[in-house]
Order: sequence, then C-alpha cells, then structure tokens
Amino acid sequence: MLSRVANSVYWMSRYIERAENVARMVGVNLQLAIDMPRHGEEQWAPMVKVTGNDADFEARYPGPDRDPVLWFLTFDAQNPDSILACVTRARENARTVREIISSEMWEEINRLYLYVHAPEAPAEAAASPFTFYQEVKRRSHLIEGTKNETMPHSDAWHFSRMGRFLERADQSTRILDVKYFLLLPSVDEVGRPLDDLQWSAVLRSISALEAYRKVYGQILARNIIEYLLFDRDFPRAVHRCLTATQESLHTLTGTPMRRFRNESERALGRLVADLDYTRVDDVLNEGLHEFLDRLQQRINEVGDDVQKTFFSIPP
Amino acid sequence: MDFDGYRCDGFYDEMFLTDGEPRPEARALVDRIRGMAPGELIRRHEDAERALLRAGITFTVYGDDAGTERIFPFDIIPRIVPAPEWDRIERGLRQRITALNLFIDDVYHEQRIVRDGVIPADVIYSSQGFRPQCVGLSPPRNVWCHVTGTDLVRDGDGTVYVLEDNLRCPSGVSYVLENRAVMMQTFPRVFEGLQVQSVADYPSRLLRTLEDVAPEGITRPSVAVLTPGPGNSAYFEHSFLARQMGVELVEGQDLVVSGGRLQMRTTKGLEQVDVVYRRIDDDFLDPEWFRPESLLGVRGLMDVYSRGHVTLVNAPGTGVADDKVVYAYVPEMIRFYLSEEPILPNVPTYLCWRPDDLRYVLDHLDQLVVKAANESGGYGMLVGPHATVAERQDFAVRIAAKPRNYIAQPTLALSRVPTRIGDHFEGRHVDLRPYILYGRDIYVLPGGLTRVALRQGSLVVNSSQGGGSKDTWVLG
Repeated sequence: MLSRVANSVYWMSRYIERAENVARMVGVNLQLAIDMPRHGEEQWAPMVKVTGNDADFEARYPGPDRDPVLWFLTFDAQNPDSILACVTRARENARTVREIISSEMWEEINRLYLYVHAPEAPAEAAASPFTFYQEVKRRSHLIEGTKNETMPHSDAWHFSRMGRFLERADQSTRILDVKYFLLLPSVDEVGRPLDDLQWSAVLRSISALEAYRKVYGQILARNIIEYLLFDRDFPRAVHRCLTATQESLHTLTGTPMRRFRNESERALGRLVADLDYTRVDDVLNEGLHEFLDRLQQRINEVGDDVQKTFFSIPP
Repeated sequence: MDFDGYRCDGFYDEMFLTDGEPRPEARALVDRIRGMAPGELIRRHEDAERALLRAGITFTVYGDDAGTERIFPFDIIPRIVPAPEWDRIERGLRQRITALNLFIDDVYHEQRIVRDGVIPADVIYSSQGFRPQCVGLSPPRNVWCHVTGTDLVRDGDGTVYVLEDNLRCPSGVSYVLENRAVMMQTFPRVFEGLQVQSVADYPSRLLRTLEDVAPEGITRPSVAVLTPGPGNSAYFEHSFLARQMGVELVEGQDLVVSGGRLQMRTTKGLEQVDVVYRRIDDDFLDPEWFRPESLLGVRGLMDVYSRGHVTLVNAPGTGVADDKVVYAYVPEMIRFYLSEEPILPNVPTYLCWRPDDLRYVLDHLDQLVVKAANESGGYGMLVGPHATVAERQDFAVRIAAKPRNYIAQPTLALSRVPTRIGDHFEGRHVDLRPYILYGRDIYVLPGGLTRVALRQGSLVVNSSQGGGSKDTWVLG
C-alpha cells in the first residue's frame, strides 16, 4: 500500500486511541469524586502532568482546578492532546484514506467527530461528565469494532492495529503514572483504604477492575502494577499491547518472530524481551515513576523506528 | 404537505403541467406525497440530511473560513425525466461527445476544421485550454474526453439546450450516487413500481472505461485516481470514486517517474501505474511541461505520457473545447465531422470579439447573461436582469477591455421543480448535468446531477453560490 496512506491509517488509529485514553484518565478522578466525596480536595494537577503538557497549561490557565483542567483536556483546540484535537486529527487522517477504510468505519469516526464538535457538547460534558466521557470511550470502541468487522485484515488493518496498540502501551503507562502523582493526605494512608480507593479508580478507568479481580482478588498495589504492566492477556496491559504491536509488525514484513530485518523489529523485540524477564520487584526497586518514564521513552523510540521503516521512503 | 398551494408562476415546471395538474410521468409520485401523514415528509427530509452529514458527504467552500465543510443541500423532491425525452437527450449527448472528441483530436493534428474555414485558428490558439505541448500526441483509441459532465437547461418553451460541455474533470457524480442511496434509504416505498433507472453501476462503468484506454500491451492495468489532496473542494468525490472502483487514491507526492514509467511509493517499494484518472488541471500535472512551480503533479509524468507508457484521463489539452467561444462552434463541428444536424441545440451565444456582437451585448447588458470564456463554477458571471447598474457598468468596462474573454447569452427562463421550503413547496430553477463516459464506446449515465438554485428567483445553481441538488429519475 502507499506509504502516505499507511502513515495516515496508523496515525488515525493512534489519535483515536489517545482521545479514548484522555477520557479514561479523566475517569480516574470522576471515579474518585464518587468513591470518596468527603476526602478532601480533588486533585486535578496530576491529570495535566502525566500528559506532559503541564507547561502549556500553566502558561494559559489560572490554576489546576476541575473546570479548567477538564476544558484543557477535553475541548481546548490549542492543546494538541485534548480529546477535541485528537479526534479532529484522527478524522483529518481518516478523510485522506476514505477509500481505504470502510464506509461504516468512516461514518463512526465522523460521528465521534460530530459528537465532540457539537455546539452543545461542552455544556453536556459539564452537566453529566460521566456520560460524556463514557460516550467518547464507547464510540472509540465502536470505531475499533466496526473496523475489525468491516475492513479486510490485510496491510491497512495491521498498520491501524499497530498504531492503536503502540499508542495504548504508552497511554497505559501514563494512566498508571497518575497514581504516582495523586497525593495522599498523609504517609499513614499508604496501604490504607484511601490508597486502595485510588488504585481501584486506576483499575476501573483502564477497564481492568473485573479482569484483575479474577486473577488476584484483593486490591494490592504490587499486584496491580504487575497486572497492568506484565499481564500477557489483558488487552490494555503494556506487555500485551506490545506483543500485539509486534504481531502486526511481523505480519506486515513477513519476518519470523524473534528475528529482525529492520530497526522497528529490533527495537520492539528487545523491549518485549526485556519485559518478558522483568519482575515487579525490579520495578519497585527502581521506583515506579522512574520505570514508567524509561518505558515511555523506549515506546517512543519504537514509534520513531516505525516511522522510519515504513513511512519516510526517500524520494 | 401537499401541492394545493403550489403555483407554476408561468414557468415551465418539470412536475406540473399547470397548477394542480401533474405531468403524466409525475402523477404516481405526487399521489404518494399527498398520501403521506402530516409531518412525515419533513421528518424524512431531516433524516436524509442527517445521513448525509454523518456520512461526511461534504464539500469545501473556497473563499469562506479556511477549510469549512458543508453538506451539499439536498432536496427530496426528485426531478423526473420520462423515457422518450431521455432517449433524445442521450442520443444528443452521444452525438455531441463524438463530435467534440473528433474536434480535439483534429486540433492537435491536421486541423482540418481550421483549413476548411469552419473555425478561425485564432479562436483555438487563444483558448486557455489549448496546450501546444500536446500537438501530435495520440492517446489510446484516439479518445481525449473520457469523462464529460454536460450541463443542460430547459427554457420556458420546453426546449432543452446545452449550456456547457465541461470536458475537464467535471465533478458531482458522487452526489448523484449518494443522493440516490439516501433517497432509497429514506423513501424506499416511493420507488416501488416506478421503474426508476439505476445509477449504481457508474463506478464499474468508469473503471471499465479507464481499463479500456490503458497503454497498448498492458493486459491488467493498474489504475489510480490522482487528487490535489484533502484541501480540494471535490476531495470527497475523489476518494469516493477510488473506493467504489477499488483503486488507489494518490497525490502527487505518492508518485515518481522511474525507469521511464510512472510509479507509486508503497510500503514495499515502487509499483507501476498505467492509467491515471487525474482530478487536477493540466497546468499542475508536470512542472517540466507546464507550470514550473506546481507541487501537485509529478516531474517527468508528461514524458512518460508522450511515449505512451501511461494514460491520462481526460487527456491533457482536452480543455481547448471547454472555452465558451469554442462552445459556440459545436453545432458547426457536428455538421463538419458527422454530417448530421445537432440533436441538442446550443443556447444562442454572442461572441464579444465580433464587433457586431460586442455592440449588441453592451447595449443589452440588462437582458443578457455574460460569462467569462474560461471560467467555470459560476465565477466571473453577470446575470444582467438581476444585476445592479454598478455591476453592469463594471462588466461593460471589463468586456470592452478584453472582448475575447466574454460571451453573452439571452437570460433563459430556466425550468423549475417543486422544492421544499420550510413547510411547503415552492418552484425553484434547475439545470441537469448528465455524465458521459468514452472508452471503447460511449455510455451515458441515466440521470445525472440536478442542481437547484435554492434562493427564490435565482438562476445560479452552483454549489459555491447557494445551490443544492436533487435526485434525478429517468423512467425506464
């Protein structure tokens, strides 16, 4: 397929996944506000921090309160990672590959675009935030499902899948990182009900609470970290995201697994192998935040390599 | 909603013979609309518009906020063309396209039509679409105008005229197909028993046309649609056609000339392209042959073309016949090349470079429609009877400065079709653009794009100027 088209399909999927994850991230706090209404201040600064756009936010907004943060993350067209901006770019990319994606899939993307661009959307999001962010997630799933059911599972589909899972790997590390920035009222609270509540909110916003319970039962920070980083089956666990990316990558190139013929295969293969043999204790010893930071960097590098391998063919 | 208060106001109405009396071919439809529950029509119309918006069937407006997308306003009352009338239109279009194609081929070869004194050489050389670089080139099967969208209008007395030929990548056919699809979704029952001719196989016909004109010796040609990109007003159509045909949609940046062939850059290296349905103007095709600053096209493309290793659709140079002065000579072309009388007449046309015509035009600006010879899309046009004194004076100055650039035609009382305006119907002026394909043989799509001027009294149907569209039903 055309390199330009492959590039657009890949980014279209990355942006939709990114928009979905912003909704999930916001979901952590919405969840907490319901679970522990009487436990002090809601903390919105971490939401901005983990997206890496805190400097921009501080420059343009008075302070990290609920409303400005929600606006920044959702409707601020100037924030390149807001839901609105991601959905707009996803649709721009989709528009340039309409002949590649199915009409049904295009229509779902277009409907998500119309949903977040509707003049009444900001008022709706403010009045019933749960419904609004839930709807963004639901529509993102609808796009993904429509894609799987209506697009041939050939090259374009694999580029899309690669984009979706690579972006999700990155985003899952960020949502996990939210917990690092969420302050507890006092040190004594670590390992106490409040801490548990925060961890459950993280699990729930990643749609992992039920799946986690089936494997581990009790809420325990160590187990949650292990599950969200290393689980081989859960579709939002970082390890699974990266192996799914790998499956599509190798299907596209025809290179057998555990071998490499280009930089993307090598960088990704190495990263997966590292995770294969990393224990949760290694993560805790290094420090969760530090580990996640490093992991994000390596995921980024894989992204750069994919870009070079497939999309930037010299003229 | 019914037609009780509907008035023809003295215009030719495509649906009613006189107030309250439908034409025979429209009777069944009028009855069905009358039988609908109150509010049903409006509800279904809104459903249809929502479906178009959700499907992103939009166009980009130039000169508006950068990149504004709008749906092309769609009216639910179709225009009906009875079978015998369509038969005549179809024969007329075949005749006209055959003659025009012979003309274009002649222009770039012997120019018999000039030597025999039918058309002055000057008219040809001063046409903006004439490309001296194309002299001597012979595209496969000697077909130049593969895809045409001829504009037809009906005057008050019922005569159908050819208004423009549109030989340079006419747009709009995607709306014909989408309008029909939306109509069938929203009004499935209305179609029952009416024998409306299907338009659905246009994409297959187009693909076959493109394959028919592949370079010689290529048995399974690789076809691509070339678009200027998503910023173009017709981008939706470009991607729609590529998707419907199952071929690649490419931009100039995807293409490169290598080894004397046109190639596209894919994730697995270069792949050859044999036929390009290009939706960009001649000027932008190849910076080496045409505009040097163009970034939309492909360097070296015209060399590959001139050696016969790639087919461009429509052929570069075809635009020579799109000039509105050349248009005035089409009836003569039909007589010259085919020894036949034109089946479809031209609108009487005054050529301002003729001193007598110029004088007449300047004296009668308040009665005429003046058009720039090389513009399209309703730009550069004066509708005399609707213009202000200042606008007419402005045009008089422009015409006098460059008479070759202007033609004038009497203001036709374009026919009307009932159109939903709020909670009732009013007559609105329409034209009709059928689409004609020319490969191994000529195919005329039964129907075409009916464009409607939604503003009361307006005669300008272009989408960029407040026009909308209707489904067109050719009865079988």
